Amino acid sequence: MDTTVKKEAAPGSAQPLLMVKHLIKHFALKKDVFGRGGGVVRAVDDIDFLVRQGETLGVVGESGCGKSTTARLLMNLTPPDNGDIIFDGRSVGSRDLSLKEFRRQAQMVFQDSYASLNPRLTIEDSVAFAPQVHGVSKEDAVERARDLLRRVGLDPNRFAERYPHELSGGQRQRVNIARALALQPRLIILDEAVSALDKSVEAQVLNLLLDLKEDFGLTYVFISHDLNVVRYISDRVMVMYLGQVVEIGDCETLFEQPKHPYTRALLSSVPSMDPDNRTEEPPLSGDPPNPINPPSGCRFHTRCVHAQAICSQTMPALVSDQAGHGVACLMHIAGSGHTDAPSAQQEVA
Amino acid sequence: MSDEKTFVDIRDLTVTFTGGRKPVRAVSGVNLKVKRGEVVALIGESGSGKSVTLRSILRLHNPSHSKLEGQILVGDQDVVQLSASALSDFRGKVASMIFQEPLLALDPVYTVGEQIIEAILRHENVSKEQARARALSLFERVRIPSPERRLDAYPHEMSGGMRQRAMISLALASQPQLLLADEPTTALDATVQIQILLLLRELQRELGLSVVFVTHDIGAAVEVADRIAVMYAGRIVEQGTTRALMRSPRHPYTRALLKSLAHGSVKKGTRLETIPGAPPDLSNLPPGCVFAERCSLATDDCRKAFPETIWLTEDHSARCFRVDQTLQPV
Repeated sequence: MDTTVKKEAAPGSAQPLLMVKHLIKHFALKKDVFGRGGGVVRAVDDIDFLVRQGETLGVVGESGCGKSTTARLLMNLTPPDNGDIIFDGRSVGSRDLSLKEFRRQAQMVFQDSYASLNPRLTIEDSVAFAPQVHGVSKEDAVERARDLLRRVGLDPNRFAERYPHELSGGQRQRVNIARALALQPRLIILDEAVSALDKSVEAQVLNLLLDLKEDFGLTYVFISHDLNVVRYISDRVMVMYLGQVVEIGDCETLFEQPKHPYTRALLSSVPSMDPDNRTEEPPLSGDPPNPINPPSGCRFHTRCVHAQAICSQTMPALVSDQAGHGVACLMHIAGSGHTDAPSAQQEVA
Repeated sequence: MSDEKTFVDIRDLTVTFTGGRKPVRAVSGVNLKVKRGEVVALIGESGSGKSVTLRSILRLHNPSHSKLEGQILVGDQDVVQLSASALSDFRGKVASMIFQEPLLALDPVYTVGEQIIEAILRHENVSKEQARARALSLFERVRIPSPERRLDAYPHEMSGGMRQRAMISLALASQPQLLLADEPTTALDATVQIQILLLLRELQRELGLSVVFVTHDIGAAVEVADRIAVMYAGRIVEQGTTRALMRSPRHPYTRALLKSLAHGSVKKGTRLETIPGAPPDLSNLPPGCVFAERCSLATDDCRKAFPETIWLTEDHSARCFRVDQTLQPV
């Protein structure tokens, strides 16, 4: 199966594997019996990004920033209100690439390893299920399932006949990864896939993900709230805040020289691990605002130490430099009116 | 070690749960001292017994399904021996607890203010107005914005970080000397987590509290704790000052745990070091060291008996036969 994947991967290598344009999802809230309430949660509000062939794109942000909604929109588990998802040059849902065919090539692993498995199927049957839906014979599917279980570190002779409740959390997440691989996908979306695991188990699963990525030529979208893990595994990182992308760029550049004030605050919120160098001041005060009524202008202006009057009026666009590092902040847009912005003639640093 | 400054002294605590088919020994022979005004973090992975140890200090386990053995001395009282009425005087007044999920720990049908007032009136002979004034000053102390209005809010009307602040003020309502915190920041976002950690540190200093703090997040422990105790399979395998534990961990489990963390200094593309295998079954513990099965340094002796505590310095101890092999920094 190794060879098939590589053969398929070849034509797409020149262009991004996944392009997302103007993706929007607003959830309408129900009014109560008196007609009060209502309103709209702007869960994902016009985001654009791309995922290159063979890379890992880390997605970070706090709860309510829209990172999990983005994952679900990519897989069309939640239908988007607007936006184009272009996979390997073909628009998902068009005649070129049906949703079913796209879902064969893109798979997802969720946080809750137990809830994502059918409790009535043995793990071998769970892994062999999807290939049968896509037309593989039962014998071949089971053989492939056993092969994949071995590949993720679960000896099929010991584990194949077990049910999900007979496995530990780490073992179940290995099953979920094997199942995601069963259709020989090219893209895997990992939504907090290691977040529920203990640290020593998390390390095992992260190593496994790196090995599989090399062996099968995979591309990952890795969503997590754990910045250390994202830094370790990602090639590029996208930072989201209240339904929008505030910064995206090369992982090390972003961690070493974050540009957006929110990224800076988020990174310095990570506990230091050094008893002689503890955090003295919390970088931000208060909780993230409610995505039902996001602040006007730049959504971060209510918590930003650099905010000026202009920030509450103008929503900054995501502007990328030559290296592809994008920031949505008026301080980085020439002539935006923010006093710290470069003047209109100057090149954006 | 034992002197007049020791406030909590847990001696040979064993907790066995008897509700299932086989008795499960969640905590075996834990010894832990906490001084007045000291913060001790219990760290470990799920099933290591850290929360069970913590909850034993308030005797929160259902007595019909669990057995507590040993002593838990808090001040001059042994919690294990307290009568039902003495126990309810003890809870909240001497020691109180904050939990991981404030939405579950707070009562949804009363306002937060009412719950704090109730806690104050339970332990003190004051008027309702005085109690409300105290509740208000607690809210100011934990820096809840517009505190007067928030006292009349229900838990669901608050954001996650604010609810955790409200629960901290509820725990402090009757001016306890010992604060127990069970994963208080695990459910919170990164930027809120650090605020709550720093708030706990500040309150602890101002009020001179003793704190026992359970977390699986070593970073959170380092931010707050003076000392750290590492638990594995129901035992404390290593304890010492935060600095000693982070700089020169000596138990093979602590060392392996620190090595397995993905953090800033790990080079991209290198594989993380992992601990092979899984923790032992708590209903069927091995006779020897609980970590021997997964330990790269284990010898036959390790599989025969569980090592006694070895004092490495005055305030750093490990339960391991092989500490002479763990002198290199991690």
